[in-house]
Amino acid sequence: MRRRLLATGVLFVFAAASGGCRGAQSALNPHGPEARELAWLFWFFLAILAAVWFAVVAALLFALIRRRFPVREHSMTRIVGALVGATAIILLVLTGLSYRTQSQLYGQEVTAPVTIHLTGHQWWWEIEYESSNPSQTFTTANEIHVPLNRQIRLKLTSSDVIHSFWVPTVFGKMDLIPGVKNEIRFTVDKPGVLRGQCAEFCGFQHAHMSLLLIAEDPATFAKWRNSQLRSRLPPASSEGEKIFLGKPCATCHTIRGTPAGGRFGPDLTHFGSRKTIAAGTLLLTRGAIAGWIVDPQSTKPGANMPAVDLTPQETLALTDYLEGLR
Amino acid sequence: MNANDKDRPRDNELAGRELEERLARTWGTPRGILGALSTVDHKIVGRRYIVTAFVFLCLAGLSAVVMRAQLAVPGNTLVGPDRYNQLFTMHGTTMMFLFAVPVMEAFAVYLVPLMVGTRNIAFPRLNAFSYWVYLFGGLLLWVAFMLNIGPDVGWFAYVPLSGPEYSPGKRADIWAQMITFTEVSALAVAVEIIVTVLKQRAPGMTLDRIPLFVWAMLVTSFLIIFAMPAVMIASTMLILDRLVGTHMFNPAEGGDALLWQHLFWFFGHPEVYIIFLPATGMVSMIVATFAQREVFGYLALVLALIAVGFLSFGLWVHHMFATGLPQLGASLFTASSMMIAIPNGLQIFCWIATLWDGRPRYTTSLLFVLGFIVTFVIGGLSGVLVASVPLDTQVHDTYFVVAHFHYVLIGGAVFPLLGGVYYWFPKITGRLLSERIGKWHFWLAFVSFNVAFFPMHILGLEGMPRRVYTYQAEMGWGNLNLIVTLGSFAFFLSFVLFLCNCIYSLRRGLVAGPNPWNASSLEWATSSPPPPQNFTLIPVVRSRDPLWSSPEGLPAATGLSVDRRELIVSTVVDAEPDLREASPDPSIWPLAAAGATGIAFVASIFTPWAVVWGGIIVGILFIGWFWPKSEKEDK
Amino acid sequence: MILTASVLAVGCEREDRIFRTPPGEIPAPPRVQVTSLSPGPAPAPSEPGRKYQRNAYQLSQGKQLFRVMNCNGCHSTGGGGMGPALMNDHWIYGSSIENIFSTIRDGRPNGMPSFRNRATTEQIWQLAAYVRSVAALVPRDAAPGRDDGLWTRPAENRLPRTHPDNGGNAAAADWRD
Repeated sequence: MRRRLLATGVLFVFAAASGGCRGAQSALNPHGPEARELAWLFWFFLAILAAVWFAVVAALLFALIRRRFPVREHSMTRIVGALVGATAIILLVLTGLSYRTQSQLYGQEVTAPVTIHLTGHQWWWEIEYESSNPSQTFTTANEIHVPLNRQIRLKLTSSDVIHSFWVPTVFGKMDLIPGVKNEIRFTVDKPGVLRGQCAEFCGFQHAHMSLLLIAEDPATFAKWRNSQLRSRLPPASSEGEKIFLGKPCATCHTIRGTPAGGRFGPDLTHFGSRKTIAAGTLLLTRGAIAGWIVDPQSTKPGANMPAVDLTPQETLALTDYLEGLR
Repeated sequence: MNANDKDRPRDNELAGRELEERLARTWGTPRGILGALSTVDHKIVGRRYIVTAFVFLCLAGLSAVVMRAQLAVPGNTLVGPDRYNQLFTMHGTTMMFLFAVPVMEAFAVYLVPLMVGTRNIAFPRLNAFSYWVYLFGGLLLWVAFMLNIGPDVGWFAYVPLSGPEYSPGKRADIWAQMITFTEVSALAVAVEIIVTVLKQRAPGMTLDRIPLFVWAMLVTSFLIIFAMPAVMIASTMLILDRLVGTHMFNPAEGGDALLWQHLFWFFGHPEVYIIFLPATGMVSMIVATFAQREVFGYLALVLALIAVGFLSFGLWVHHMFATGLPQLGASLFTASSMMIAIPNGLQIFCWIATLWDGRPRYTTSLLFVLGFIVTFVIGGLSGVLVASVPLDTQVHDTYFVVAHFHYVLIGGAVFPLLGGVYYWFPKITGRLLSERIGKWHFWLAFVSFNVAFFPMHILGLEGMPRRVYTYQAEMGWGNLNLIVTLGSFAFFLSFVLFLCNCIYSLRRGLVAGPNPWNASSLEWATSSPPPPQNFTLIPVVRSRDPLWSSPEGLPAATGLSVDRRELIVSTVVDAEPDLREASPDPSIWPLAAAGATGIAFVASIFTPWAVVWGGIIVGILFIGWFWPKSEKEDK
Repeated sequence: MILTASVLAVGCEREDRIFRTPPGEIPAPPRVQVTSLSPGPAPAPSEPGRKYQRNAYQLSQGKQLFRVMNCNGCHSTGGGGMGPALMNDHWIYGSSIENIFSTIRDGRPNGMPSFRNRATTEQIWQLAAYVRSVAALVPRDAAPGRDDGLWTRPAENRLPRTHPDNGGNAAAADWRD
């Protein structure tokens, strides 16, 4: 039996080593000091806890197979007592470390951050970049850009049910609860396209409520921010825009620079500048856009976007138009 | 002595076969359908409970199989989001409310009266009532699921998602009302257990001679009584919000979405200890028998049980670490969540110490206990990890937590339960389960469980959240998910193997004597299966392990009537015989009352008036139930 | 138990969540009679209309759309304001779901805009079904409960049933149609 347990253990270590650390959504792939702190804490806990488990299993196996170490009752009492004491000490240490990390992560002062207000909707993220200067604020959806090495302050609330903002590579999760204003603060110090996902069951398309957090150097970020501030660029051909405005699209979506001012669905002013559509469900390509518009329910059944009646020509024109909203 | 004595013999006036037969007639259940529906014999009710709970285990397991089939590959279209949401809700709800708690209660209902040496459980008609209410509640849920009205909001049903605006129709109401059914049933059993354990013990069974399983059930029953009302209140508030338009959870009108979470988890955390503590009781019994020595550290184990019981009420916020509660408060719950590892660890050390000093006999029961130790400790240690607030913010609501709680629930409750089934099957049915199939069962279950659930730790750390009906291929989770799915299929097969073992052994298993394992507690002092009266003569107990300290036979306490149902009521601490108490005869009122209660609860999903009319009818039925007997009780 | 099953069985239709009606199966805009003068009998109530107003999911989607399309701008939460009340007995253009569909899609004189190009056909069906629930003309089990907002009136599943008096013109219609 011992050999079998050992073999099983080796297999698991192998499996563990083969996957966990890379990945744009992995908690063990930190891109910021807070996430790094969390990852370090995790490894430390894992080391200690794994050692405890091995010790317990070793004691159990020893108890079963040994014949040469009978222990008297009251010595056994002392041993068990000592083990309980050791357990308490280990737990104290772990608790202390946990407190230390917790206060570091949640006790941060506000230091000239980029402030973003995130509102959770059933199955997409409304993102509003705040600023003390009102003309520097803008709204977008499902994709956050942040500059490196600057504190990011996220204000979190929800418009309907409870969601949870979670980008594991930068910070732990925080719920978006209707009626409650939550806030987290973190910094990103490694560039990359990081992925997050809603982490609180929120209905039919909880599985497809992701977002991208793109960490870039401050110059690139400033350029992006300025481009998001302006209204949509005039389209190459007005056909697509006419269709957009003449169909139910404008009821739910906003495109700044046009009469479309709907607030139920994501802001599409710079739709073409994003990497994904439908909250991270599809990569932004012409085919994906067309497929999404024609039949959203087959990609995201239960989503609030209806299938609008479109002829093929209308679909193509709309796709061109939306792709051009950079 | 009055003139009735000649017609009312006591058990010291008869002997041998005549005594046994007359007692069996007095305590037996009438034959036929009416007899079956009106029985108040705790053994029959207990058996029904066990079988029903395992049927629900099977159903919940099937829903898990379908879920895993859907998640085996990315972008799978086997099951859509609506059906998947229903499936995981049914899986969690059935496992937690219809299997895990009821099966532990079921074993208690069957075993506790035998272990304390009495003839029947306290309040036997309430016992029958609680079974029917449980059955009706479970049927409500599953029939609703078959009709596409199954709940789809998760077993925890967070508002506002389960509230009136975001969960249209009656699905969430069915869930909320099913809760009420099962909680009524659980509360009833808890009350019966406490009274049985405190007042109906065999003479001489002082508090420090009670078997550890009975201690575990006593503590668990108190947990049930204090925890269940919280979820009943929460589910009632939810139905009120949905049906009647109250604003309990409506922030715009002064309610609070987090109130639901507090109420639910105030119940939810003790709930898992309600499931786990009876399993520790089973482990103590099994380890003692198969290590062939009394369990090490009886006092420590009892204190650990009580400590866990108290501490479990102070942990609930650890389910809410991601909600933005004040950090100071949350950190207190880190401390308490870590602290509960101490009494749990103490228990593990005591069991290992028992094995160390004993001579282990490797029956299937003991194998499951060994599997329990190895597996549960993993779960407990991953629990220490999630008890830390910052770490929890990374793994909460991911597959890491799914791995954690399956390790503690399956490792910590199902494995001991299976060990308990192998252990007590001969007592309940009179035949032993096949040890050969049993060993295959154990190894298949143990290995496949770890193959299925260990990779989930990794998936969670790689970012896979819970309650998702699919995931994208580029996330790289496909391989591990496939391994998990295959493991889960094999784990399901292990239960099929177990079922085969049960069916085969019922017919062809070795016939068991009263004490096939040479165990020490009182249930092994009577035949297998026990006669309707449990013990022909009530035993007197002088030690913690009565069958080991008196191998030649136990002294008996006599004086109970033979032709009327009577049992001994003893004092709480010292178990000195105090009264002869009449025990109820079979009665159809519990079924009638349960039926009316069931109809009232179901109807209340549709109209609040059902509570009024149902209450009146149930009240009338209760009056019939409690109508005093015309016979005078013997002095 | 049989009683329970039968009660629950009725709920099948109520509880379906149909996300995607294939384009060919979306109920066509119905023939609607706006006046009680007609050659021959009044058109029978349509099957699709019945389907929408008995399904809890469709009704809740309709409720969501009522807010999204800013119907409460004129109709408030059913009590009316600039626009007529929706929760009383008086229906200017008919209370059957087909009539309401037509009202929403085509618009009406004196301020009711046309939503033909502002909402899809299915969305208009959902809205029409919801409007009927505001007048308590749908099965009570399917009607939506209170919303997560400020309380303005009892929830649709607690409103008293109205008895539509189709003002002036349109044929009478009952909630069972």
